[in-house]
Amino acid sequence: MLRIKLDRIDELLAAIAKAQTLYLPVDRSDGQAEFRKWTEGARLSNALNTVRSAKDFFFPQTEKLMEFKTEGKKIEVVDTREDCEDFVIFGVRACDARSFEILDKVYLVDPVDTFYKNRRDHATVVTMACDRPAETCFCHAYGIDMTEPGGDVTCYKQGGYLYVNANTDKGTRLVETVASLLEDGDTAELEKAKAQTKEIYAQLPLAKLSMDNFGGDKMDEYFNSPKWKELSEACLGCGTCTFICPTCQCFDIQDFNTGHGIKRYRCWDSCMYSEFTKTAGGQPRPSQLERFRQRFMHKLVYFPANNEGEFGCVGCGRCLVKCPISMNIVKVMKALEEK
Amino acid sequence: MQEAMIAKAKAMLADGTVDRVIGWKRGEFWYDITPAVFETAEEIDRDLVFDDFTAANVSKYLIKECVKGGGRILVFLKPCDTYSFNQLLKEHRIDRGMIYVVGIECYGKIDPDKIRNRGITGVKSAVNDCGTLKIETVYGTETMPAYEVMAERCLSCKSKKHVVYDELIGEDGEVTDSDRFDMVEKLENMTAQERFDFWRGELSKCIRCNACRDVCPACTCEHCVFDNDKSGIANKAPFSDFEENNFHIIRAFHVAGRCTDCGECSRVCPQNIPLHLLNRKFIKDINSLYGEYQAGADTDSRAPLTDYTQDDCEPSVVHERGVE
Amino acid sequence: MQVNENKEFEPVIVAFCCNWCSYAGADLSGTNRLNYPANVKIIRVPCSCRVNPMFILRAFQRGADGVIICGCHPGDCHYTSGNYYARRRMTLLFSMLDFLGIERDRTRVEWVSAAEGAKFAATMNEFTEAVRALGPNRRLEDLRCRKQ
Repeated sequence: MLRIKLDRIDELLAAIAKAQTLYLPVDRSDGQAEFRKWTEGARLSNALNTVRSAKDFFFPQTEKLMEFKTEGKKIEVVDTREDCEDFVIFGVRACDARSFEILDKVYLVDPVDTFYKNRRDHATVVTMACDRPAETCFCHAYGIDMTEPGGDVTCYKQGGYLYVNANTDKGTRLVETVASLLEDGDTAELEKAKAQTKEIYAQLPLAKLSMDNFGGDKMDEYFNSPKWKELSEACLGCGTCTFICPTCQCFDIQDFNTGHGIKRYRCWDSCMYSEFTKTAGGQPRPSQLERFRQRFMHKLVYFPANNEGEFGCVGCGRCLVKCPISMNIVKVMKALEEK
Repeated sequence: MQEAMIAKAKAMLADGTVDRVIGWKRGEFWYDITPAVFETAEEIDRDLVFDDFTAANVSKYLIKECVKGGGRILVFLKPCDTYSFNQLLKEHRIDRGMIYVVGIECYGKIDPDKIRNRGITGVKSAVNDCGTLKIETVYGTETMPAYEVMAERCLSCKSKKHVVYDELIGEDGEVTDSDRFDMVEKLENMTAQERFDFWRGELSKCIRCNACRDVCPACTCEHCVFDNDKSGIANKAPFSDFEENNFHIIRAFHVAGRCTDCGECSRVCPQNIPLHLLNRKFIKDINSLYGEYQAGADTDSRAPLTDYTQDDCEPSVVHERGVE
Repeated sequence: MQVNENKEFEPVIVAFCCNWCSYAGADLSGTNRLNYPANVKIIRVPCSCRVNPMFILRAFQRGADGVIICGCHPGDCHYTSGNYYARRRMTLLFSMLDFLGIERDRTRVEWVSAAEGAKFAATMNEFTEAVRALGPNRRLEDLRCRKQ
């Protein structure tokens, strides 16, 4: 497999950035990581996960859809779509890489979301295998191998080297542009390290989490469960879990009156918010219990029912870390499973 | 402490003085503790916890519980939570007659982010042994003095005194000499451009999850203006810098004079924005312009923004300050 | 307001005027034929304490370069005490804007009575020039509202 010494990784990043716009996780001053555009001197973060997931690249928090300009009684509709350039997302973890497939099932099925597809087509995803899983990781429950994260190119860190392996045509083209920096290397040690990572993972508290009791056929069993009341009791109704989640895909379309026209935006929405289901006819989810139930039923039951058993969660663990009251999908699953 | 709390809660449930207990519930790991309402002794035995990670201020849950009605409620409050409790009482948001307050001693809480920021991961357990935090992880054992990973708000704790309680477990402390305005002062001494850059850097991280608002014990409006689509300023996402500024200025202003500086806003912010600095700026201004005032210290004084004197300073004092 | 590179910058000033004093003061300055700049757009409010901090921020959002609140002199409020409350609120709000690095000279409070037509005109002239010197509002602007 091709590889490069880890202390030369900045050269590799610079070379990629020269060819295409490059985004990578970098450490912020508050110690957390976020994806940023590469600039001279940018250092790749060692953090396991960024605060915001990588879904932002394809499904940004806000995007302008169109604009209306009014002049007297005339309305002009302005197409504000912009051409997207090729770009590379470097250092995507296995969980986030899988989340793209889940978003695809929503945005690339008929009718195709052209805004999403446009960005998806122009992106090359370079993943980074995990070697230091955290106690909040449970990607394994969804059949994700954290040591084989996939994407267009997979990178592995081991023994002072960064191993690089192209998986797709797009990936091969990217690796070719930086081929002069790479050398061939033996992978025996790398395979050993992967096995070791899996052993570590097996010791983590959520390693034995299983999805056997969830899926599209569990609707009747869980929908009316008395557990929801207790589980949702402390929920604040904030949108933290949905906004940091790599697979939450709900949005709202809002018009903004600028005083001389209208700008139409799409923005993330959260099923945890009170106005999420507000309609002219009223509010079908009047309390936090229904809203809370919706989020987890969607991920564990409705989504698999509509998508050949694929769950709407990838086990990245962000909500386990960030929920202000520490209520999360793992606690929900364990509570529902208790008979 | 935890044992005493469990015993107290069970005793009061058993003799029928209260019919539910608000406290903290054990999580999956060492740090993920959820506020909870307990109704049976079994639940309390199994789940009630009080340790270095029970940081949440549970006073706001009393609003919901009081609305529900029913019997009396036992609530465990840390010193800083008692200020929020008083403030809620003052604003008639909760019914004192329904609540039995048990004040509990607090030595400060640990900020799990500070542990993570040291690169510590894969944690299996964390034990505080007389001020030394021992953390077992799958990668080995780490020890550190607990104060090094204590939450920022606890390091500049304003008071260890319970301003309201029916009963105490542990000792009551004193209002402390805190350095909590140091960072505000530091910002005040910067130039306007530096301050602007600082806040743009911080507020641009905002994802408008509204966690700061939803957790805030002073934010108790039944329908927030930022959720009201008829207000013309409701927005679910920051489309522009203006909306981030607008949201945080208005929120801080709305709780000015009512904010007890409990620090929950900064604790819950997923992006670690130091939101408490906005509130502290208001508190500092109020203290210096209108006399010392601590929201929640009592239930009968007039709040600075619903009060005035004829010889208050003019708004031009702001323009006459030194740093430009 | 349109920012035209070829023309001198013309600030937009929003003046919230209390119905009982300052608005009448503005009227008086008009009947006395005193000049004050056309940049000033007056919004009449029942009392200076009707001004919600959000009004001020919204004015900046929609293109104001300066916002001034005018009310009765302290002690003369039609509702006895409204301007005393406004005084505290505006002091704290201006201080917060300053804390966020937003130019503090873009906001002001002036007490103008119904008899002070000359003071109204002078205040507006002076404030407009002060904001003109500061240049366009950029720090509390909503880019979406800028006219291209």
